Formats: sequence, structure tokens, C-alpha cells
Amino acid sequence: MNSKNLRLLIPFFSLLSALAVSSLIIALAGCDPLMIFQKMLHATLGTPYGIGQVVFRMTTLVLVGLAVAIPFQVRLFNIGAEGQLLMGAFAAAMTGAILPASLTSLIAIPLCILSAMAAGAGWALLAGVLKVRFGVNEVIATIMLNFIAQGITGYLLTYHFAIPSTVHTAQITDNAMIPTYGSVTGWFTNSPANLSTILTVGVALLFWVLLYYSRFGYEMRAAGLQPEAARYGGINAGMHSITAMSLGGAAAGLGAANIVLGYKHYYESGMTGGIGFTGIAVALLAGAHPLWIFLSAFFFGCLEYGGLTVNAWIPKDIFMIIEALTILLVISFSALGKRLL
Amino acid sequence: MGIAVRLSGVSKRFGSFAANSNISLSVEEGTIHALVGENGAGKSTLTKIIYGMHQPTSGEVVIQGKPAHFTSPRDAIKAGIGMVHQHFMLVQELSVAENIILGHEQAWLFGPLPLEKAKALIRKEAEAYGLAVDPDAPVASLSIGEQQRVEILKLLFRQASIMIFDEPTAVLTPSETDMLFATLRSLRDKGKTVILITHKLDEVLAVADTVSVMRKGEIVGTVPAASVTKPELARMMVGRSVLLRVTNPLPSPGETILNINKLSFRTPKGEERLHDLTLNVRAGEIYGIAGVEGNGQSELLQALWGLAAEGSVISGDATLKGRSIIGKKPAEIALMGVSHTPENRLRHAVILDYTISENLLFGRHREHSFHQGMGFNNRTIKSYTEAMISEYDIRCTSPDRQPLSALSGGNQQKVVLARELNRPSISLLILAQPTRGVDIGAIETIHKKIIEARKSGMAILLVSSELEEIIALSTRIGCLYKGSIRHEFSQEEVALKREAEHEFEKEIGLHIT
Repeated sequence: MNSKNLRLLIPFFSLLSALAVSSLIIALAGCDPLMIFQKMLHATLGTPYGIGQVVFRMTTLVLVGLAVAIPFQVRLFNIGAEGQLLMGAFAAAMTGAILPASLTSLIAIPLCILSAMAAGAGWALLAGVLKVRFGVNEVIATIMLNFIAQGITGYLLTYHFAIPSTVHTAQITDNAMIPTYGSVTGWFTNSPANLSTILTVGVALLFWVLLYYSRFGYEMRAAGLQPEAARYGGINAGMHSITAMSLGGAAAGLGAANIVLGYKHYYESGMTGGIGFTGIAVALLAGAHPLWIFLSAFFFGCLEYGGLTVNAWIPKDIFMIIEALTILLVISFSALGKRLL
Repeated sequence: MGIAVRLSGVSKRFGSFAANSNISLSVEEGTIHALVGENGAGKSTLTKIIYGMHQPTSGEVVIQGKPAHFTSPRDAIKAGIGMVHQHFMLVQELSVAENIILGHEQAWLFGPLPLEKAKALIRKEAEAYGLAVDPDAPVASLSIGEQQRVEILKLLFRQASIMIFDEPTAVLTPSETDMLFATLRSLRDKGKTVILITHKLDEVLAVADTVSVMRKGEIVGTVPAASVTKPELARMMVGRSVLLRVTNPLPSPGETILNINKLSFRTPKGEERLHDLTLNVRAGEIYGIAGVEGNGQSELLQALWGLAAEGSVISGDATLKGRSIIGKKPAEIALMGVSHTPENRLRHAVILDYTISENLLFGRHREHSFHQGMGFNNRTIKSYTEAMISEYDIRCTSPDRQPLSALSGGNQQKVVLARELNRPSISLLILAQPTRGVDIGAIETIHKKIIEARKSGMAILLVSSELEEIIALSTRIGCLYKGSIRHEFSQEEVALKREAEHEFEKEIGLHIT
């Protein structure tokens, strides 16, 4: 077997080992791992509702995964998907609430989506500019911007926009809501899975073509691989860094639209639940490839929702440990793979 | 005399790749034994085995009659083997004496260092081997040649009897090279064994007693240096006869293309790297810049390609057919008809993870003939790639799959040259170190292409630290020293002096040091 095939196997090895470690932890917590996995499998993929839940989570995960993966192509580590998601979600909820109820869906939905993407992109752009203009490490910049985003959204929610005695904003107008599959085709009954998925597939395909089949992507990847060589080749590496960050932020913003416009229909404190950080794992497991991301998002989507469904048997804390360990294992294995092959 | 190093049937495999196969070699005590071969022939793997950095897959290593099973360089050092690496292993901030005892302090944690012993050694050995250097000077203040002497003193301090030198002259000026050779000879005369790794055949013939030639991981022959000629060695290395010096037909230069007038360059730190540099290059001629590295070559190249670091101060001017190129961006300069092969190929000229075909496009990807919609026209690129591969003899298996990093240095450089020499409507070609790290077989192809480009009427500015190359290719030669042209050899002088190459090298050497 040549090294290329072996490299493709690495993600599977890492998942396998994650499974083994999870079993051990579940057993240590006093449960039967086989039973737990069976229950998880049934709850996620065994019912239309479960599949819908996975599809919904997977949609967000693909988008936050892209938010990490696109900057990763220019060797920037975007830890800020969470902050970009928050800003996007708040922008979508605000726009949706302000728009007149008479506005048709064909305008209202795109407007809300665009505002979410713009907010995410703008937030990521800040980190890009700090990096290129002032040499601020993007990891630090995006982490700090996460805190700032938390602060801004938290403050605006609590002191200005929350409906009294709740922790959420007013509902968006009906015409700004993205329909669920349940309401359109009857699939995945009652689950939050909504038509954002189609948009997400389109965006991922677009990124894929942009990265690997366009002149823009040729320059961008070159700038990521060897920035100094790119300068010799007359490529504006700084511009590509900023663009990649912004594109990533826009993807995160779209992920926020999936949650706000497709499911919650308002902004609620803590609604993102750190899914932006899972995006880092999604992107790494997929090798930052815009299409492989679907597989890794599917895996993490199952894990996320599956973890919720077995709450009755196994404490949530144990599942947090399992998820984080899985991410660590995935990252270690891919680093190991790079060294060995 | 005994045998200092004996290898019998030594092989070293990395995965399925055999870096060394079945090597048998005897290095006699008290001789200078040269190991020559092209890049990738297995010279460095072999020396790393002797120095304990690699363990042989099979075969036996015997050092001074005792079988050796080194697991690290520490074992090799104990057995009396020392190595002077191409890149020196010195701590710049420490003094010469401190560097020499580093790792061999022979003192307790808070005990006094044997500095006096080191200083005494320096004084004693300095005379015996021509290794004069001030023991109290910080290493950072020394010239490259002096730093190399410190490396040699380190080996003497550790009482090494077998000394390995990895491409020791690559960083030296001609006069420093002569001094090094004198040192090597006196080391030999005192009974030390010297193993010299090099690809410069003239040096081998000048200093070595015995030569072993390596090709594709094997020793193809071991001969007394006195009994071979340079072309014979070259043929052993490459496996076919090679033309060591391209024929350089008489040039007929035309109008001035590049005019550099009183160009000065100050780095952001305020160091002056170019000082009133003035030269011009005409169409159909090669202007060679000879000089020891660090005399302003890099800054000149940066200024001409729009890549001076932010905060540098450039005064004076450089014009291309009357239009200034200082302060323009690389893409703009390329559009004016300038092509450039950078000094540091791996870092600046190629994207190692991109395919060969993508690299043939790199920097030229803005040319409309390659475009189609938002992307590239694959058919045009394919036929262009095929044409370049056959014209430049680029050895590869699948140009649209293989990453450039899979090619040898020579073939990588051919990719760069193919790309840069074929830019549409070039009037100025800037070549920096065009054959650095390139095998002699490939050098032949590259030199021929450069001469062809000159004949087609391009003005060529050649910057190279290889005097041989400068002499073989140039129409005129400028000697760069401390940021300005100290002496210029005219077309007639170069044509005349080229015949007595060795004397000419010496003469140029005087102007650049």
C-alpha cells in the first residue's frame, strides 16, 4: 500500500481509537459501552427525527468547519469561529426582527442571511487585518475576539434587546424564517433540519471550486504554502490572508443563519453552545478539505446529538470528556500521520 | 600506515529507497581522501554513517581496526572522529575559547572551565596548522574562514584523528580556500586522516591523495588523485561524458537595457549594503557579478525585483530601457519584461507541494494565454508543460501529479529556468545562483540554455558565487565588494583571460576580498 492510501486511513484509525477510549471511559463510569453505542446509533440514525437532528447539527458543523478550513489553507488558525458565529447569530436575529412583516420571504431570508454572513466576515476580517497589518498572531486575536463577541452580544441582549424576564430577543418575522424540511417535504418530522443544508452544500462546492480550480485559489494556496515565494511570484499574500479569514467568517455567519433563521427564530444567550470550537476538530479531521468536511461534520454531528440522547444513562460531563478526547486523538493522529508518512 | 576507516558491504535504506548500497571503502590513515559525487549520490548518507548519525541497514564499519556500532555522534567522537559541517555549529555569542570547550567542559557544575587549556591549545595549534584566530574574540565577530578554523580547533581539542569535512569550501573565498587546503595538508602530514566531501573537481585534484567517486548510492571507483583528470572524474560521476565548459561564442551586445546608477541600499537596521553601485547591461550580453556572498548581492537582487524589506532606504536609480524599476512591485516589474530566478530556489522560486506543471506556471499565472474563465486553460498548460519538459530535459514521471519536491535539485532548477526564460517578450533576465545545488550533468544543460538566451538578444545579469561559472558565461565581469563594483573586466579582457581560467580566478579573487 502506498503512503497516499495510508494517509487516507489515518482519520479512520483516529476514529477507531477514539471509539476504544470512549468505551473504556463509559465502562469506567459504570455503563455498558455496547448498550450506550446501540442507543446512540438508534437515536441518531434510527428515526427520521434523529436523522433530522443530525442533519441540522451537521449543517452548522460543516459551516464552522469551513470557517476554520479556509483560513487554514493560508496557514492561519482561526480559533474564532465561535465568536463569528455569535456575531452572525445576533445580526441575523436583529435583522429578522426589524424587517417589516409584509416583506416577502424571497427578500427577507436573503437579507437576514447576508447580514449574518457580513457580521461573521467582518469579525474575522478584524483578526486578518490585525495579523497582516500589525503582525498579531491570529490565534490570540481570534480568541480575544471570541471574548469580545461574547461581551457585545451578552450586553446587547441583557440590557437592550432581551424580552423582559427571558434570555432571548424578539422573534424574527415569519417571512424571515428558513422553512424546515418537515414543513416543505415532510421529511425528518419535527426536527430542526431546514433548507439551509442546500445552501451549505452550495457554499462548500463553491469553496472547493474556488480553492482548487480557480486562479484565485491557486494564488491563495501558494500564499499559504510558501508566503515568501508567493511574494516573489508577485502574489499579494497579505490580501489572501485577509480574504481567507473573511470567507471563513462568512461561512460561520451562514452557520448562525442555520440556527437562528432555521430553528430558534430568535437570539438566545448561549445558543451556540461552543459548536464553533468543534469546527476546529471538524476541519482538522477533514484535512481542511471543503468536501471531506461533510464526512467529519457528520461524525461530529452524530456524536453531539447522540451524546444528548443517552443523557439518561450516562452523565453529560462524561460525554464532554469523550468529545474532547476524540478531538485530541484526531489531532494527535493526524500530526503523527504527517510525521510517519 | 593502517586503515583509518574501513567499510565493507555497507547499505543504508530509507523505506524502499537505497541511499547507499553495498559500499566497500578503505580510507588510509594519514591521507586526504575525497568523496565526490552528484547531489543525491549518497555522499552525505555515507558520512553520516561514519559519524554515527545514521546506522547502516547492513554491512560493517571498522574504525582503526575496531568494529564500530555507533548509535550517535557521541560514540563517533569518542572513537576519534570529528566532523566540520557545512553549516557551522558555533554559538555566535560565545568566545572562540568558550566554543571550543563547549560540550567538553570537563568541569563540575560550578567548577572553573578549562579555558586556559583551550587558549593554550589555540596558540600551539595556530602555528602548527595555520589556524590563527584570537581565542577571546566572540565568534560573531569572525569571518567565515575564521569560524571554520574554530570548527577545526574544536576537533583538535577533542583529539579527533579522523576529520570529516562536508563541502568546506562552499562558503570560502579563493584565498581562504587556499589557506584551508594548506591546513588540510599539514593535518595530514601530522598523521591525521581527512575525509573531504565535495562536488568541486578542481579542489579534489588540488588537495586530495585518493578520490572515491559515488553515483546512485554506490562507489563507482577509487583512484589516486594524481592519476586522473577532471573530465575523467566528471565522467565517472555522471556516467557519461559531460562538457565542463560550454562554448561561449563571441557576443555582439546591442543597446543598454539595464542601467544601474549610483544605487545605494540601507537596511531597516541602518546597515549600508550597497554603496553607489553603478553598472549597465546591454542586450545580448551576460554581465557577471563576482563576489563573496554577503557583499550586497541579495540586496541588489531585492532592489531589482521590488522586494526590499519595509523600511529599507534605497537611493540612486535602476532603469530598464529608461523606465525606473525601483519601488515597483514584482508583478509590475515582470510585466516590464524582466524575468528573475531567485538566489534561494526552494524558498522563493517554487511551491514545493505544487505539481511540476503548477510550478511551471508559478509567477506567470497572470498571463492571459493560460486563462480560461475564472480558472486555467488546462489544454494550453498541458502542451506548454510538455514543451518545457522536452526542451529542458526535465526528468519526471507525471508532471501534473508529481509534487516539485519529488524532483532532484537540478531538475527543480530546470523547471524554474524553463519558466523564466520563456516569459513572453523579456528584455532583462536576472539569474541568481542558477546552478547552486545542481549536478554537473544538469549544469551543462542550464549553461547552454543561458548562452542561447543571450544569443536571442536578452540582457542577462548573472550573480553567482561560483567563479568558474562567472568566467565560463560572462561577457563582462564586475567584482562586487562591500556593496560597490570595485573592478570591472571588459569584454576583451574576459575573452582573453578565460583561456587561463585558474589565473583569472586568482585575479578576480584579489578584487573581491
